[in-house]
Amino acid sequence: MTYTPHTDADRAAMLAAIGVASVDELFEDIPASVRASRFAVPPSLTEQEVRAELTRLAGRNRPAEVSFLGAGAYRRLIPAVVDEVIGRAEFATAYTPYQPEVSQGTLQAIYEFQTLICELTGMEVASASHYDGATATAEAALMACRLTGRDTVAVSRGVDPQVRRVLATYGSGPGIEIVEVAADLAEGGSGQTDVAAAAAAMGPDVACLVVQQPSFLGVLEPMAELAEAAHANGGMFVTQVDPVSLAVLEAPGRYGADIVTAEGQQLGIPLSFGGPYLGLMAARMDAVRQLPGRLVGATRDGAGRRGYVLTLQAREQHIRREKAASNICTNQALCALAATAYLAAVGPEGLEEVAERSATQARHLVASLEAAGLASRRFGAAYLNEVALHVPSAALRHAALVEQGVVAGFVLEGEYPELGDTLLLAATELTTDDDVARLVEALGAAT
Amino acid sequence: MSAVESRPAADASGRGAAFHSPTSGERLRVVEPTLFERSRPGRRAIRFPAPSAAARASAAAQPDIPAAARRTTAPRLPEIHELELVRHFNRLSRLNHAIDIDFYPLGSCTMKYNPKLNEWAARLPGLAGSHPLDPAALSQGSLELQWLLAELLREIGGFAAVSLQPAAGAHGELTGMLMARAYHRSRGEGDQRRTVLVPDSAHGTNPATASMVGFTTRTVPSNARGGIDLEALRGALGPDTAALMLTNPSTLGIFEDQIDDVLAAVHQAGAIAYMDGANLNAILGRFRAGEAGFDVMHFNLHKTFSTPHGGGGPGAGPVGVSERLVPFLPAPRPLLVEGDPATVLANAWAGRSTPGARFELEAPGSRPTAIGRVRTFTGNFGMHVRAYAYIRANGGEGLREVTDDAVVAANYVRVGLADAYDLPFDRICKHEVVFSARRQKREHGVTALDIAKAILDEGIHPPTIYFPLIVEEALMVEPTETETRETLDRFIGVMRDIAHRATTDPEAIRSAPHTTPVGRLDEATAARQPDLRWSFPEAVRTDSERDA
Repeated sequence: MTYTPHTDADRAAMLAAIGVASVDELFEDIPASVRASRFAVPPSLTEQEVRAELTRLAGRNRPAEVSFLGAGAYRRLIPAVVDEVIGRAEFATAYTPYQPEVSQGTLQAIYEFQTLICELTGMEVASASHYDGATATAEAALMACRLTGRDTVAVSRGVDPQVRRVLATYGSGPGIEIVEVAADLAEGGSGQTDVAAAAAAMGPDVACLVVQQPSFLGVLEPMAELAEAAHANGGMFVTQVDPVSLAVLEAPGRYGADIVTAEGQQLGIPLSFGGPYLGLMAARMDAVRQLPGRLVGATRDGAGRRGYVLTLQAREQHIRREKAASNICTNQALCALAATAYLAAVGPEGLEEVAERSATQARHLVASLEAAGLASRRFGAAYLNEVALHVPSAALRHAALVEQGVVAGFVLEGEYPELGDTLLLAATELTTDDDVARLVEALGAAT
Repeated sequence: MSAVESRPAADASGRGAAFHSPTSGERLRVVEPTLFERSRPGRRAIRFPAPSAAARASAAAQPDIPAAARRTTAPRLPEIHELELVRHFNRLSRLNHAIDIDFYPLGSCTMKYNPKLNEWAARLPGLAGSHPLDPAALSQGSLELQWLLAELLREIGGFAAVSLQPAAGAHGELTGMLMARAYHRSRGEGDQRRTVLVPDSAHGTNPATASMVGFTTRTVPSNARGGIDLEALRGALGPDTAALMLTNPSTLGIFEDQIDDVLAAVHQAGAIAYMDGANLNAILGRFRAGEAGFDVMHFNLHKTFSTPHGGGGPGAGPVGVSERLVPFLPAPRPLLVEGDPATVLANAWAGRSTPGARFELEAPGSRPTAIGRVRTFTGNFGMHVRAYAYIRANGGEGLREVTDDAVVAANYVRVGLADAYDLPFDRICKHEVVFSARRQKREHGVTALDIAKAILDEGIHPPTIYFPLIVEEALMVEPTETETRETLDRFIGVMRDIAHRATTDPEAIRSAPHTTPVGRLDEATAARQPDLRWSFPEAVRTDSERDA
């Protein structure tokens, strides 16, 4: 099955108009020595056969019956209306809005998106999107280096290990040095980033301190103290936050964050084995000319009508080339639209319900496991909806539960060798009391 | 409240009315209020269940969220009823041009049809619900799909291996350049090889990427035929050269016919040959970059392999590499850890699973030569699903036909407009053709921008303009293989008519567009006085005031 409409008669007529005898003549500029010697792509399939093949692959996945896995990607309710909006072909099959007169739909939606992200984060300006939370954080750190003229970045050990790896990869480009700030992970410790260590790390050559709130390990970080530590020697405070948590946790703009990033997957985007997701980035207006990524601004046409355009493009690769703030071009526009529709659908009360219900279910989970004598909280600091629990023989029991269709969160030892026998469990609004009971029962049976 | 001043006739679905029937000179004015203007306190769409009494009781014994961490000012999210929400976005959607509405010959973007079957596939619950950190035992389907897609791209590009991790073309470039640098470092030449050569016709992402990796860029001129100036290239290559980044076919739509000499010179200099695969749609089955000698190339799944552009993403930018760059591929890679690859492939091509085959992600840190991670998890999987469905539907013969028809279409447009617009490089092109409006500008004061705006009035999206930078008043047309001959003829007619009207009534072209939802927008003011978010009114107004 192909998607080209041409009949043999069409092709013959077009070739005649072009003035060549065969299609091959149009490829004679490819030197014979470098022409493809093979092209062993399997034969074409009909729609029916493609459906069967994709159904086969989807069927090879075994969805968990009960899952407490989060660790950076979360199963949440996606209102039906969200997929309806992003399924509109006028959004899905348009390109980057280079011609604003026929792209006002996309442009206005991005403007609304930018506004929503500013509202959630308490910041003044938000970019039109990045690939994911990790690349947004990496770009934010590079931005802090440009703004401060410094070339070292301090990052808390409480930041998602995958994010730290992406930061290391991005930082290796311009030769940025990354220093790790310890977290209090000892037995009986808080689990939080060590404020004294952060203050010690923030020397006069350090561009920024990167902290995640809540941390990868689920604890609430002392953001005001960490902001103070970051700023003491003129450094910046870069925070990666959970966008749903911002319904109940303080807006980063109020505790001194200079650049805020987030993974936006939880805002109406399916898990989809890790992508496409949505990188969020917000900052203060005085930094806007170093902000990477696209920006939409409101303006007027000749008749005075309000309209929207891509703006401040002098930061971007197609204008500035090697002097651009980033090489980013294609971003995650349709995912930003999904987040916009999601936030409009849930509204302020709905987002708070999501965050509160998730936190309550997490507390119910912890209380139930503790009551059954199966687990205890690994850290002393408060948590929101994800929590590190000490569970004897954690890795073995986690594996045993997988066989029963129960995913008991994320085994932390692989990423944090000092956290043996520790599981990171997440609850969301979709976590039911029955799910919790099932985990308690299965974990109790797996010894 | 809504300021719809002249409502277009809607088709049965209500979709795309603004562009299905170009209004005959009548100005279409649809100004949709923002979500924030539509908001009314107390309205809402979705509700969530309250926690059970039992859950609340057991939770009460746990420590609460500390008051000091709690939010002090609520975010001003809109409060909207679901029907209003649906109407808001549907009305907005009607202000967009899109492939599904009409012709979209935006050069360098490959705006081909995005098959609906792919959308169905990406939404299969078994795939869309797959958690990226699920144990491998639960995600064999996702891992197999990624492994199969990488194998297909490997064959299509003629490479030793493929990484699916990069999220977009520019992200693939970044990945490729990081690998180039890692390669030179592994040979002790990291400090010495710091220059990247980029032709003057290159996409802006190429030099921007080189800078992000800490390289300096040196521009290589094009020759009179639109290819790279081989002597200039040889002169620029040296012991300091890290890589050449070459778009092939070039942004002029021209295949580099000295490509064998170019590759020989680059390799002789000890540099990495990077191919920007943005224009792969022109050469499927005809030229395989890896086989020809390129060390690395990124694929744009949202161009060549039909995944929707989404108004600017998400895309996906997998990279293929030659043998010598394999050690540096980003981690982790999906691997077939049990089972014979040839058997697994043969079975998959026949629609069967292979008993005993097992896939796993590479363990963190298991390949120390890797450049690291360039993003979380393993890439834009939803795009991988669509591209896989597209490649399987087309098959090898279908993909060859894609390229043949894309090149025929571009050349058909080329000859159809050769006398109406200047052709700076008048030769057989590949998937796109670049015209110049310099004659219209010089003789009638009508620029490429004016022509683009006049095309909007015909319900067609304009070509890419002012790119590549080396063509004055450039109009870059990429028709793709999915447009009928009638559509191509209509476009040719529109372009010829505009060229003619530029001679008789240039002012009408200069003042275009006349039928779009808004006219030309004041971009200078937008940049000078940035308004990048909705400003809430200071005082709360009553509904009647807001409706007024």
